[in-house]
Amino acid sequence: MVAGIYGAPVNPGAWFKKQGNAYMAMEASEIERLIKEALPDAEIRIEDLRGDGDHYSAYVRSAAFKGKNRVQQHQMVYAALQGRMGGELHALALQTAAAD
Amino acid sequence: MDNNVVFDRIREEVSENDVVVFMKGTPVFPQCGFSSVVAQVMTHLGVKFKGINVLEDPGIREGIKSFSNWPTIPQLYVKGEFVGGCDIVKEMYETGELQQMMAEKGIQTQTH
Repeated sequence: MVAGIYGAPVNPGAWFKKQGNAYMAMEASEIERLIKEALPDAEIRIEDLRGDGDHYSAYVRSAAFKGKNRVQQHQMVYAALQGRMGGELHALALQTAAAD
Repeated sequence: MDNNVVFDRIREEVSENDVVVFMKGTPVFPQCGFSSVVAQVMTHLGVKFKGINVLEDPGIREGIKSFSNWPTIPQLYVKGEFVGGCDIVKEMYETGELQQMMAEKGIQTQTH
């Protein structure tokens, strides 16, 4: 995690905790289903970071990412999530990779 | 405020300032963990940047998302170009790509 590198401990999740459950949770299986629908070949690994159904990390690897930069790859995943990112899905740490 | 006015303001900010972070809170008092990470990376690299607090400006807060087709804040811009949000900045910092990109774009960084 970032903490050690930059000195002060950083815990993005803490900010959301403070605000109670203002954000609607989303199931990991639903996130995976939406990504799979848009990127059928994708290898997807989703982790519920705190076990609260609200803070996820996702690793997505797909051949569709080939020749695209990181911003474009992430945009494709966000598009797959059909507007949920930044809304009901607030905390999704995303990592993408292009498959051969 | 319509999108054109907001987009003009965003364009002005990112063209007048080499490095801009649209964030929640300020570089000194970030009000979101993700924004805090990006500000800390910039500070750690010794990069001079302008932080724009979107919490003070609802027009920019929504407008920046359509401007870059990116659904979340923070957002980092270098020389007018959208670089990414928290995950990408972190990843690029860890691989050294961020430092390399700054150098290529002629942005001064401090080596530690």
